[in-house]
Amino acid sequence: MPFFPGVRLHVVTGKGGTGKTTVAAALALALADDGSRVLLVEVEKRQGIAQLFNIEPLGYEERRVAKLERGDVTALSIDPEEALLEYLDMFYNLGRAGKMLRRMGAIDFATTIAPGLRDVLLTGKIKEAVARKHKGSHVYDAVVVDAPPTGRIVRFLNVSHEVAGLAKVGPIRNQADSVMALLRSSRTAVHLVTLLEEMPVQETLDAIGELRAADLPVGAILVNMVREPHLEDGALAAAADGRLDLDALQDGLNAAGIDVGPDVVKVLADEASEHAERVELQKAERADLEATGLPLLDLPLIPDDMRLGCLRRLADAIQEQS
Amino acid sequence: MSPAKRRAAPRLDLDAVLDAHRIVVCCGSGGVGKTTTAAALALRAAERGRRVVVLTIDPARRLAQSLGLTELDNVPRLVEGAGADGGELHAMMLDMKRTFDDIVVAAAPPAKAQQILANPFYQSLSSSLAGTQEYMAMEKLGQLHGSDEWDLIVVDTPPTRSALDFLDAPERMSSFLEGRMIRVLLGPAKAGSRAYMKVFSAGVGVFTGILTKITGADLLRDVSSFLAASETTFGGFRERAQQTYDLLKAPGTAFVVVAAPEPAALREASYFVDRLSAEDMPLAGLVVNRVHRTQAPQLTAERAITGAETLAERGIEPLARAALLVHADRVKIAVREQREITGFVSSAPRVPIVEVEAMASDIHDLDGLRRIGSGLAGLPAA
Repeated sequence: MPFFPGVRLHVVTGKGGTGKTTVAAALALALADDGSRVLLVEVEKRQGIAQLFNIEPLGYEERRVAKLERGDVTALSIDPEEALLEYLDMFYNLGRAGKMLRRMGAIDFATTIAPGLRDVLLTGKIKEAVARKHKGSHVYDAVVVDAPPTGRIVRFLNVSHEVAGLAKVGPIRNQADSVMALLRSSRTAVHLVTLLEEMPVQETLDAIGELRAADLPVGAILVNMVREPHLEDGALAAAADGRLDLDALQDGLNAAGIDVGPDVVKVLADEASEHAERVELQKAERADLEATGLPLLDLPLIPDDMRLGCLRRLADAIQEQS
Repeated sequence: MSPAKRRAAPRLDLDAVLDAHRIVVCCGSGGVGKTTTAAALALRAAERGRRVVVLTIDPARRLAQSLGLTELDNVPRLVEGAGADGGELHAMMLDMKRTFDDIVVAAAPPAKAQQILANPFYQSLSSSLAGTQEYMAMEKLGQLHGSDEWDLIVVDTPPTRSALDFLDAPERMSSFLEGRMIRVLLGPAKAGSRAYMKVFSAGVGVFTGILTKITGADLLRDVSSFLAASETTFGGFRERAQQTYDLLKAPGTAFVVVAAPEPAALREASYFVDRLSAEDMPLAGLVVNRVHRTQAPQLTAERAITGAETLAERGIEPLARAALLVHADRVKIAVREQREITGFVSSAPRVPIVEVEAMASDIHDLDGLRRIGSGLAGLPAA
């Protein structure tokens, strides 16, 4: 089954350090696997996508970054200034005045005095990509957004509220309202990337509460860097309590053809204990996430660095669990 | 992994940094443990006998609780149970709006101050303008420094998109408030020569027209009355920003860049190091948090995996097999992290570094911060 059928706009947020950009890119690949044409968007000019796909920095043009058997992924880095000019051009014929405004810093000024305007422009561009049609059919089957972190996500998406005090009527107001209609619809899902650690889980729970309060549709929780529990339950408990039998471990290592002294056996036992402690901690954090009633997808901790290969493995994990 | 053998980066001696400076600024991208690092450094300094205040920005709840901070009240509070040899630790959370309000109240006559505080544009400027948080953190730092009450001020910087933002914030704020764009928009008379106006007036006319249309006339009017009211109050805005900037460059200040051993965080750290050096800002070094190590690097990941496979094929010794797989993952992570760190070192070979080992659980109390503090000082963290 495809990931969230019917959803065309996937907004991916998460606390800093949880791997939000990587997961957004993996989700784009997973969606493209089904034959979809996917647009992967970044909004903070970090060039995280370019780094991940190992390509030149993205400009304000859409560029194909992955061609799969059937589908593909195109990437875009939205710049609010470009979006404002593009937007103004739709309503007013700016011509050369646009260039001049930019040179004077007028665009920067406008987005500075009205910070809400910035988000309307960014989300407005996203909406345009979702709605864009060519010969009667959608240009992109799905749009995946590497959105601002959890701490700022509601403010970013709740554009109507942000411009409420700014523009009561007029094109900006209309723009904000139509963006809001898309964001609140069943065509949108806001996914949260987290780690099974206390601070990211707490931020995730807080963000879910805020998103729900703002009437924004929460999608899935994407649990990143999950450690595979190598130990069986009984051994896990023993390891967590530091009760592993060192002699038995030594014998086992010998049977594996690994001849090491007691010091290394001790190190391995300690590492197993720490691992068990982590796994126990993960269980407790997972229980808190499950209580939200949202679907949870596990993305494995990948110890080797393979960059593109790593994205592929995460995409497969999303596919398998959809 | 024994990193010291593989590369020649000098070791960052943070105890020496804490003893010899009056201001320590922790910076780095979001999610790398910057706030925890700032708190742990401040605690360590207090326990080395110094009178310390740590200025935190938006700390996680449990961390704030561990410092006895329950609300955003913008004044330093004594942390109970911290400090030794006459040292004390005080902590505060930045309230950016209140800091901004305080500047207004201190600088303007009461009637004018009220007028500014009530202006809708001021209200949005002081609570949400990009860069305000950075600017107010620096403003607060200036105030704490000016009070002469502290041996050491440790500052956590806001979790901005780019770690570089806060260096630019004072300049951006002042050029915004004194910028020609504002003058041009609000009063042609202030904009300068007629020739200059002639060149730009076409674009400006279109622009003010459009801006008024799309945002409503209220906004521009609010901006205009805000500027009129604040002209004398913030007359020295640029001067003020310059003072903060100079304070950061002064010999008593040290910057500590914080990162995690992964590509994005280290990339930001590199930019920051370059930027600090370009601005002649005093960089103490790099803290790499959450580093994974193994005490048995001689048992390689490949050997461990082969051993585990042997056991799996014979269906015996599940415990040893699991322990080998755990070890293999750990070695791989350690190797990958060291490769990332080595990449940083090759681009900035003279920057002193200290690596702090990953903790099995989160930090909620002073003991946890003490353990991090030992790690920061290059001692075993546990």
